[in-house]
Order: sequence, then C-alpha cells, then structure tokens
Amino acid sequence: MKADVAIIGAGVIGAAIAREMARYDLAVVLLEREVEPAFGTSKANSGVVHAGFHSAPGTLEASLCVEGNAMFDEIAAELSVPFRRNGCLMVAMSPEEVDVLREHLDRGRRNGVPGLRLLDAGEARALEPGLAPEVVGALHAPTSGIVCPYQLTFALVENAVANGVRFMAGSPVTSLHVREGRIAAVETAEAIIETTWVVNAAGLFADQIAAMAGDESFEIRPRKGEEYLLDKRVGSLVRSTVFPVPTPVSKGILVIPTADGNIMVGPTAEDVSDRLDLATTRAGFEAVFAAARRMVPAVSPRDVIASFAGLRAASSERDFIIRPSGVTRGMVHVAGIESPGLTAAPAIARMVVGILRDEGLEARARRGFNPIRPAPVRFSQLSRAEQARLVESDPSFGRIVCRCETVTEAEVLDAIRRGARTVDGVKLRTRAGMGRCQGGFCMPRVMKILSRELGVPLEAITKRGPSSPIAPYPAKALLREAQEEAGDGPGPAVAHVSHHMSPATGR
Amino acid sequence: MRADVAVIGGGPAGLAAAVAAKRAGAERVVVIERDVRLGGILPQCIHTGFGLKWFGEELTGPEYAARFVDEAASAGVEFMLETMVLEVTQDRRVAAVSPHHGFVVLQCGAIILAMGCRERPRGALVLPGTRPVGIFTAGTAQRLVNIEGVLPGRQAVILGSGDVGLIMARRLTLEGVKVQAVVEIMTYPGGLARNIQQCLRDFDIPLYLGHTISRIHGRDRLEGVSVAPVDDAKVPIASAEWFIPCDTLLLSVGLIPENELSAACGIELDPATGGPVVTDEMETSVPGIFACGNVVHVHDLVDHVTEDGMVAGAAAAARARVAARTPVLGEAGKDAGLESLQAIRTTGEIRPGRNVRYVVPQRFVRHGDAVPAAAAAAARTLTISLRPSEPAENVVLEVSIAGRVLRRQRKQKVRPGEMMQVNVDRLAIPSEKGDALTVSIVER
Repeated sequence: MKADVAIIGAGVIGAAIAREMARYDLAVVLLEREVEPAFGTSKANSGVVHAGFHSAPGTLEASLCVEGNAMFDEIAAELSVPFRRNGCLMVAMSPEEVDVLREHLDRGRRNGVPGLRLLDAGEARALEPGLAPEVVGALHAPTSGIVCPYQLTFALVENAVANGVRFMAGSPVTSLHVREGRIAAVETAEAIIETTWVVNAAGLFADQIAAMAGDESFEIRPRKGEEYLLDKRVGSLVRSTVFPVPTPVSKGILVIPTADGNIMVGPTAEDVSDRLDLATTRAGFEAVFAAARRMVPAVSPRDVIASFAGLRAASSERDFIIRPSGVTRGMVHVAGIESPGLTAAPAIARMVVGILRDEGLEARARRGFNPIRPAPVRFSQLSRAEQARLVESDPSFGRIVCRCETVTEAEVLDAIRRGARTVDGVKLRTRAGMGRCQGGFCMPRVMKILSRELGVPLEAITKRGPSSPIAPYPAKALLREAQEEAGDGPGPAVAHVSHHMSPATGR
Repeated sequence: MRADVAVIGGGPAGLAAAVAAKRAGAERVVVIERDVRLGGILPQCIHTGFGLKWFGEELTGPEYAARFVDEAASAGVEFMLETMVLEVTQDRRVAAVSPHHGFVVLQCGAIILAMGCRERPRGALVLPGTRPVGIFTAGTAQRLVNIEGVLPGRQAVILGSGDVGLIMARRLTLEGVKVQAVVEIMTYPGGLARNIQQCLRDFDIPLYLGHTISRIHGRDRLEGVSVAPVDDAKVPIASAEWFIPCDTLLLSVGLIPENELSAACGIELDPATGGPVVTDEMETSVPGIFACGNVVHVHDLVDHVTEDGMVAGAAAAARARVAARTPVLGEAGKDAGLESLQAIRTTGEIRPGRNVRYVVPQRFVRHGDAVPAAAAAAARTLTISLRPSEPAENVVLEVSIAGRVLRRQRKQKVRPGEMMQVNVDRLAIPSEKGDALTVSIVER
C-alpha cells in the first residue's frame, strides 16, 4: 500500500492532524494500535478546554492553548460535538494564594487570554454558590470550556474518513523502514505502507515509535491521573470548572462539570513507570475527595458512579515536542502532549501541516472538502413530539436499549455504522452503559446487537479489543473440557462429575 | 388511548397486580413491559424455590411467571412488550415508546408502578485497581449464562452475599466454573440462610465474612483480586491481604428500587426503602398511582411480591371505577372524584422504631373511614413488612401506638437479610387520629 503521509496514533492529536490533512489532496493513512480511536489517553481526559493562563509565556503550550481555545466554537459546530464555554475559576484559600492568582492573571494576559478578571470572595460565591466559605478570591476565565474528549476524537476521525483519509484500527506499528536517512515505509502486523512522511502522534508510545527510526531524542514519562465521576443527580453542584492554585507538576485536582451533565473530580498526578498502569488507588480516591471538598464541600464520595485513571503522555522535555526528527528525515514528532493538549489539538494540527510543508511535502487544497460531520441523533434530548416523529419513521427508535440514559437501538446501530466495534465503543459514542446502572441492564443487549450487526458469535464480542472478550465460553464448554481432560468418553457431564467424585467421597 | 389500569412492568409484581385488577372488575388492564418477554427477572431465575408460600409448591422462576402470564392472558389483560415508559404524570398519563406501537400516550384510571429494582454497580463501591473485562453484577452474569448461553470465565470470586450472588455461586459451579470464594464486608451474610446452605456449604465454597476486595488486578482481562479483612470502619487491613486468582468477579452488593419515573412524577419516596411511601392499599402519595413489589422495597421472596401486587391491583381497580364515574375535567386532566376522595380519606402513619430499618406500608387507611375504593382495606388484618437494622437474638417484635402495645411477637433470631411481617388487628387500633403505629425490635 502507498500513502503520502502516515499518521501514527488516533488519539485526539492524531485525529485532529488527520482531519486537517484531509483538507489537502493527499493520500493519508491514520494508524491506531487499539481497535477504535480515542481508546488511550483521550478517553480518560478531563474534557477541559483551557483558557491558557496556566502555561508559561513563550512556550508552545501557551501559544497553542490560546490559539486552540479560540478555534473550538467553529470546530465543535462543524463536527456537531457538544461544547460549552462554562468558564473557570481558580480559587484561592488564603492571602498567599491570592498572590498566586495575581501571577496567573499576569501570565494569562501575557499569553493573550481574553476576559481574565480577579474576583473577591463575594463575587466568586455569587458566581458559584457552592464554593467553600474559606475561598477568599478567584481568578475567572470566561473562555474556559468543556467538551467531550472522546466524542471529539470520534468526530474528527469520522470527518477525516469522510474526506478520504484511510483509517486502520487494530494496527500497531511493528517497525519503520528507513532508507538513506529518510522514512521509506511503515510496517504493521498486517500491512506495509510505503510512505516518505510519518507523523508520530503515538502518545504514550511516541518515544518507542521514534526509536524505531533511530531517534532517541526524548523519552515519555507517563503521569497517572485518577478521575471520579458523580451521578447526574448532583450535576449542578458547580457551573464553572473549579481549579485550585496549581502544584509544580499539574493543575491540581479540579471539580469539572462534564459536557454530558455529570460532575467529575480529579485528576491526581503520579509519575508511573508502567505505561499501561491504569489502576485507581484508595490513596488517590482519598486525595481527590479531600482536595475537591476543600473547594466545593458538597462534593461527596457517595455520589460516585464510576472511577477510572488515565495516563498523561508527559515527556523528558518541559514543553510539547512538535518538531521534525533531527535523525530521520520525513518524520515529524508530535509528542509529550499533556495538558493542555486537548485544547491545543486543533492548533497543533495546523502547525504540523505547516511543518510538513516547510519540510517539503507538496500539499494542494482538496476540492470538495466537507468540514461538516452530521450530528448523531440523541433521542433522550429531543422533545416528545420529535421523539414521536422519529419512532414513526423508524421503529428502531422505539426500542430502548439503555434505560438509564434512554439510548435507542437506532442510536446503537448508527454508532456501529460510524465505526463502533466493541461494547466500550458503543458506550462512548451513545452513552449506553454510562448511567447509574453502569451497563448492568444494557450490556448483554448491546453485545447481541454487535454480534448480529458484525456477524460474529456472541462469545467473540469484546469490551475494548481482542484481549477483552466479555463472555468467551459457550455454555457447557467448561464441562465438556473437564470431561475430556479426565479422559472420559462422550457422555453426559453429570455422569463425569459423579464418577470423579466417588473415590474421594468413598461412595 | 385510554386504560382503566395501566401496570408499568411485567414482572411478578405487575402480573399479580394485573390479574387482581381484572378479578376486581377493571375493564381494560394494560401491562407495559420493556423486555421482549414477560416475567421480569424470573425467566433468568432457572433455579427452584419460588412459590412455596403462594402455591405451596416449589417452582422455577419461569414456571412461577408462566402461571401468572397464563392467568392474566386468559383474563383478558393486554400486554405491550418491548415498550419503555418515558414518563408518568400526576394526572395519570403514561408516555411510552415501542417499535411495535410507536409513541403511545395512555390516559389511565389508575396506574400501578411495578418497575422492580436494579443492582448496585461497581462504581458505587469505589473498588481500587484496574478496570478489566470480567466484572459483572450477579444478575447480568445470570442473564448471560441462563438466557444468552455464554460463560464469562473459568474462575470466579463473588463480592457480596446477596441472594443473586449466592444463587450464581451454585449456578457457575454447575457450569464447571471454579468459584473460589464469596467475600462479604458485613459480619453476617446478606442473603437467606437457606441459600448459604444450599448454594455455598453444599458445594464447599468458602464464605469470608468481615472481608472485602481491596484491589482489582489485570489489564484487559481480570487476573485476580486482593482480599482483606476489614476493621471496624470497614477499611481493609492491608497487612492481612491475600491474592485470589480469578478471571470473573461477580458483584452482589445490593439492589436499588428503580424509581426514576416515580421521582420525576413527584411521588414521595422513603429514603430508607428507596421506594415510594405507600398506604396499606399500596397507593402512593399521588392519588390513583399505586406501587408494588421491589419498586417499593426489595423483597427476599417472590411470593411476597405477588401478595403486594394482588393488593395494589384490587385497590387500583376500585380507584379506576371512581375515576371512570367522574369525567376528566379541564386541560390538566385533573378529576374531581379522586381529589375529593383523597380529601376525605384519613391515614395513620407507621414508623420504624428501635432496631427497625424500615416498615412498609408507611401509612394505613384508618378503620371506619368511608372509603368506597378500599376493597383491600376492608380486611381486618393490617400486615406490616419490616427489616431489622442489626442482627439480634432472643428479641421481641413490638407494635405500639401512643405508648400502648398492640402486638408482641417473640423472635429467636432477626437478620437484615430476612424480611419479617407482623399482623395487627385493625379493630384494636384506637380511632383517635394523630398518633403513629411504631414497630420496634426490643430485648426480651
């Protein structure tokens, strides 16, 4: 297979780059090791579209964050992804912390963040009555927003594919072919893609991909963050995203209203050596709630409906790594993208295309590029009259699959048409299984629809890829296996059990 | 569309209510069921133990359900399958969707809520560790094994000793799965004594009381769990932790009455049960809307669910007759008949006293009031269901009003896992209003 450009990694960064490249008349391949986009760091992101007052002036983080933030209204509208500028407050709990607010006000102004304002305690509480009485002041950033990070990633990939990008899921890169100091091909388990340009957006594995081309100029040092999601019942605890003053390694533990109407608290920040370590801990749980309740006392661990961890693809460098490889020509690294990477994604994508062109990639605008990704139907959010009309036109809108989030069979079928291949893929696209019963009711139903639509047996349906089959054994398979192991001939399993037991029980 | 009585949920409570409503003379009785089949959770309960009280026979879940499905069908009850109710309103309209009937709005004489309960999921527990595949609520696993015909794994651990978990310990063992342990954080089992014997002891499955799972292991697929005893604050004691390999973890950590529709309708809920506050006729705080079965409070035995349903069905049929006599007035659909009925009816309260977690019903219709609808209340006996807060031995169950004891019952053993019932003679309840009946469990 031949391609002009191969992008490695379909997280939000790779997806945004793929969609940006789809504007040009190029053969682009987007490779993903997982079976669906967004299954790595992007699905565990906080979803905050940062205003840009955290980053040090002069860094790529600072400029790309502010630039990316300004692009969100348009990109969210084009891709039909829910996005809200809910504003954020960085709160101070002591006079010393008010000084930190002032520093960030200054930082933000230098970064070009619009609308920043210092609030006194009264103004802060007027904006967010849920704040603790100990809050003495806050920095308010009206441009801060929230988006659903995986919905955005899915939408970017979908729109890229609709504009001609080839998406290959379940395709971990096994090696890079380099000829005369230049990229020649990308090899996966199933294919060799001949290409002279590679974009390394491999997130947690970006250093390993770089090393495949002999480039060991940086190292990924994963930093884990635990997040705790609360029931929608308490979804209005705060309207704005609430930050503490930051720590040296992270923006601290936040109280975040999500794009879907929940409240999320987290994340922790813990350096880990294992890039697959997604375990939550009791210590993390305690730290998150202690920190969140200090700012918003009504946050309660009793309202938790889900907890998870994600890994930031932090690196050995202090800023985003967005540059051509100094070792192998044709390779551009987009690595070490931690917070505010989600916010910066659209700006990063633009910058990467610029770098590729500067490096010599010929890119002519594609005629007929369509930036619009049609909105998926969300039955639960429609009026009764609209619901009635839909059910009338397509009976599968009348079949409710997920009762907690009122997700219809039609929405699940649409998700599968848009690329869902796993139970998690359906869940992240439709919210089936994300409600208060967490899939207890709908999971077997989603499995059956996937089995029917993909034409595979129920035992082959997975949670998130080949190594996570949900119910891999047909009924009686284990009994038959035990029988064969015992060397018995064919016969009813029950007979085998009693035969096996008789010496032990003395019967 | 109109219905005299609409029943939301076609499980044992809803089926019994529909049958009773028909027997009591309701004309159009419609059962609205979201699944493709009737019976609620019963079709996946292929073990025996159902019906000992109601039928004097030991039936399987599907057999028990079939008896009511057959009776309801021959009585002329209408069924709407694969139909999900989206909304119930105080003026007794039900909005529902279905691939077969489209978008339906039913105007009802009376509504019976019989939505049952759901299982507490993992998220509510905050179990530290990874999120691999292989963790299921016990009921979901039961559906996969008994209805869909697939097995989740080879080696299982069960967290929580609720009845569904105990039943699944036995069921998985019979399917060739090695059940390593049942782990219960409380110092006493959550399920019925008979299930501890028949599902665990008979199969040599160890039960660890006062223990919990302190960590989940495994990346994509569950590889095992760390188990540890807990201290008095229910925090795992890390030094005493050990590892049990398994690829399947079932959670049987509690059931929650499913009252999203009730709450959205503005029906008063009891925080102790998680279900609507009901009278002894199973009427909720909204006139003309009744509730029965596990939506009211979680029962141990389906036979008691059936009893609830019978009471609710008969009372709802009587209410529907009143509603039918008085035409619907105005846009809001409020009717004078029910409102005035509600105004003249007086109820007393029933409250949980010492060592009683909850009582159902929480209200009772006072004897001697002129209540035309009260077919069920005409009976002399008032039956109160309750659960103790803590296990106790050699105690007395006492029902009293204004310091006067109406009823005393000796109990050798009481446990939160076993629902109790006590009967009170209505004629013995003093007629002065205002005082509440109190149910307590006291030292002998």
